[in-house]
Amino acid sequence: MALEDYEIVIGLEVHAELKTESKIFCGCSTRFGDRPNSHVCPVCLGMPGVLPVLNKKALEYAILAGLALNCEIAEWTRFDRKQYFYPDLPKAYQISQLDYPICYRGFVEIPVDERLGTGVRRVGITRVHLEEEAGKSVHSGTSLLDSTYSLEDYNRSGIPLIEIVTEPDLRSPVEARRFLETLKLLLEYTGVSDCKMEEGSLRCDANVSLRPKGETGFGVRCEIKNMNSFKAVETAIQREAERQAELLDAGQAVVPETRGWDETLGSTVFMRSKESSSDYRYFPDPDLVPIVVERDLVERLRGLLPEMPQQRRRRYVEELRIPEYDAVLISGSRPLADYFESVLAVYDGPAKVVANWIMGEFLRLINQRKIEIREAKISPERFAALLKLIDKGQISASAAKEVLEEAFDTGEDPNDIVERRALKQISDQDELAAIVDKVIEANPRAVEDIRSGNHKAIGFVVGQVMRETRGQANPKVVNQLIRERLGL
Amino acid sequence: MELISKPIHELIGLLETRAISAEELVRQFLDRIDQVEPKLKAFISVDREGAIRAAKAADQARSEGRACSRLAGIPVALKDNICTKGIPTTCASKILEGYMSPYDAYVVERLRSEEMVIIGKTNMDEFAMGTSTENSAFFPTRNPWDLSRVPGGSSGGSAAAVASGEVPAALGSDTGGSIRTPAAYCGVVGLKPSYGLVSRYGLVSYASSLDQIGLLTGDVRDCAIMLRVIAGHDSRDSTSVQTEPVDYEANLDEEVAGMVIGLPKEYYGAGIDPKIMELVLEAARTLEGLGVRVEEVSIPTLDYALAAYYVIAPAEASSNLARYDGVRYGCRYDRATDSVSMFMETRGRGLGLEVKRRIIMGTYVLSAGYYDQYYRKAQQVRTLIRRDFERVLQHCDALITPTTPTIAFKLGEKTEDPLSMYMSDVCTVAANLVGIPAISLPCGMHEGCPVGVQLMGRKFDEARLLRIAYAYEQASGLQMKKAPVA
Repeated sequence: MALEDYEIVIGLEVHAELKTESKIFCGCSTRFGDRPNSHVCPVCLGMPGVLPVLNKKALEYAILAGLALNCEIAEWTRFDRKQYFYPDLPKAYQISQLDYPICYRGFVEIPVDERLGTGVRRVGITRVHLEEEAGKSVHSGTSLLDSTYSLEDYNRSGIPLIEIVTEPDLRSPVEARRFLETLKLLLEYTGVSDCKMEEGSLRCDANVSLRPKGETGFGVRCEIKNMNSFKAVETAIQREAERQAELLDAGQAVVPETRGWDETLGSTVFMRSKESSSDYRYFPDPDLVPIVVERDLVERLRGLLPEMPQQRRRRYVEELRIPEYDAVLISGSRPLADYFESVLAVYDGPAKVVANWIMGEFLRLINQRKIEIREAKISPERFAALLKLIDKGQISASAAKEVLEEAFDTGEDPNDIVERRALKQISDQDELAAIVDKVIEANPRAVEDIRSGNHKAIGFVVGQVMRETRGQANPKVVNQLIRERLGL
Repeated sequence: MELISKPIHELIGLLETRAISAEELVRQFLDRIDQVEPKLKAFISVDREGAIRAAKAADQARSEGRACSRLAGIPVALKDNICTKGIPTTCASKILEGYMSPYDAYVVERLRSEEMVIIGKTNMDEFAMGTSTENSAFFPTRNPWDLSRVPGGSSGGSAAAVASGEVPAALGSDTGGSIRTPAAYCGVVGLKPSYGLVSRYGLVSYASSLDQIGLLTGDVRDCAIMLRVIAGHDSRDSTSVQTEPVDYEANLDEEVAGMVIGLPKEYYGAGIDPKIMELVLEAARTLEGLGVRVEEVSIPTLDYALAAYYVIAPAEASSNLARYDGVRYGCRYDRATDSVSMFMETRGRGLGLEVKRRIIMGTYVLSAGYYDQYYRKAQQVRTLIRRDFERVLQHCDALITPTTPTIAFKLGEKTEDPLSMYMSDVCTVAANLVGIPAISLPCGMHEGCPVGVQLMGRKFDEARLLRIAYAYEQASGLQMKKAPVA
């Protein structure tokens, strides 16, 4: 049988760091990228005698994430210790949740893979639980086992993390990628995580198995790790499915194991057998008291949930009357959509104008400068001011692009830039009339051509006026004046 | 003036009237330490300079008329599993030999804010695992009443130091009897407060759901004075309870007539030395003489307490002690060629036999396939025991039992027989499993050794427990003299 004759069954386990200011069980900063071991204290280093105290914000963020994923929120939850030895795990146990996750039974909807059908796939969320990050090891070799030394950075130790486990509801590598994109969008919208796979603040493992189409039982699954981009997740699952199909076709069994994605090989490789998997000896953490999650808190947090991407898209189309394409693109990023709406709030022209400038020049600059939207220096107010200058005919479209670029980099007021760089368009009839008259006088041949019916020569005269005004003349007004003067 | 046999409540007056100076006081205790320590070995570290410096600071504050705590200048010792900046915190383990904590435990902050003088750190069973202080990786401590006997454990150093007049009060920790047993063996007062009354922040964990910091003092009034210092809510310990501050000393001498004291029959069975039983029953009669009604009660689940304890405590210990891997602090075996052997050699060489025994037992009971059979079952038993105690304590103001089944045993007598060593916790573990306060008081002598009576009270009602204890102490006239250390 070919791979097409099998159904691919995929479940994902996603870890997302929560972007609280401080760590989950101590007051240390969670800032990324600082000097190693600069955000540590006795608690997150697991020194003798220290005790964890739960950061309420981390709990609230986990609940918000659960609400965004349509989960039920536990009325009673607790923390457990997951025990294993590793040099980046200071206490030799990770505080996590086993039997009573904070959120459970949710779902996320994604478009079905077009090759498999149409409509919406509802992907079940089994659970979302809260836990702490370990530190980060840098090995002299390729792993702890073959290294002569390892360096440990505990800045990450104790950053709050949620683990999101899906039901085995995904049916293709494309759907797995779509799920992650949607999940990222939902978590970003909710404001609980940055979901940056490249910084490791979002990580994903996939459980993959095959079954002949039409069957309902599950095949033997393998777990794939080490995928560090959405694209890698899609490709790795595809390759793993192909590998399993080959085994099954050859009459061999798929062995339950953990496999790593090797980008350069373009295939998954054996890491360890599931049978030799560690016994983590979970037990309830006696240093933390069980938590009764008050319904009032849940409802208060539900009230804090922002408008979700789907709702925003619909509102953009129905109320702002921008095209569906624009609405999808803009609502596809919360920072972009927020920026768009901030501009719109101080601008009274049509939303479509804002959408065009945001999707065009603004995004071009964002991509070119390789920066985040929040890093763009131009404030939404000044963005709107620029649009107003165009509307009033005070600058030309091409000048506007230059002004935007400068304001984008410096944050300067577009009005000041226009003033300083003398980019203001001259639309004043009296002021332009004098120049037009001067140009007509100086170019008798062109005037003659126009009069004899060669209207193309008008362009030449307009060009001369533009030159005289160093491009500041409003070409529409100039054109009109020339026609008036020559009685056309 | 001889000061080392005086209780804190007398020393307070002498300091306040400036009849003595704190420096004089501290020097007398340091001299006593010099005198008896070679035989007793109660201390792991003595901070001579720090103590004299703190004493001088207290004297200066008083001479300048600055507002200072009435306890300013009074020396105190700490069990070596309570973290102190500037003095090593070793837990009597090779793996933490010379370890300097970067911070002070909550209770140490409290002592310092009272301007008390921390004179040193006392010996203990390694990581508080033991009943004799023979499990110290450094040296055993002797019983000051009979140097051939153990002082009890695991807070044996603290008990021996108070009993011998090396220090007027000491802090210990009690996970299954580690304050009360040495208090009984050494003839001092030992209080394990309710779980959650005293912050565990800075107490090196043995079994988190059972550990509690408490006191070893010469008499009940000193115990009340010191409890007020160390009790109180601490936001750094999630299990620390929000309670109103109580002046435990204020109502000590109120009448106890009309109170009901339960005599749980399960504590008076086989295995208890008949002479101890007799002395404890005599203590009950003394209380009856004060108008207390003594009633026999029953705690049917008590038989399972020791078994539940020796499942739960090792389980938590196996987890709490996993951090000693040589990576970040403490001793590391540095001739290892790879990380895994570094972990194994560091722990194999750095941890003692009893600690390893409990880690192995704890790892076993938490393992896949055994968890339900042992750990979960033990927790269920714990719930039943708690209900039994809550039931009888609704009716009774306190319960009276022996603290230990025997008097202090000889050094080496039980080291080859861990099970019989575990049996000496039989009377004390329940209070930890239930989380109620329990105090051991001297109630007589047997074969030249002190005998202790245990009173257990209602959770967070230390005030009532101390009142009963004080009434008994006054009526019995058994405030102990300092041990001779001969």
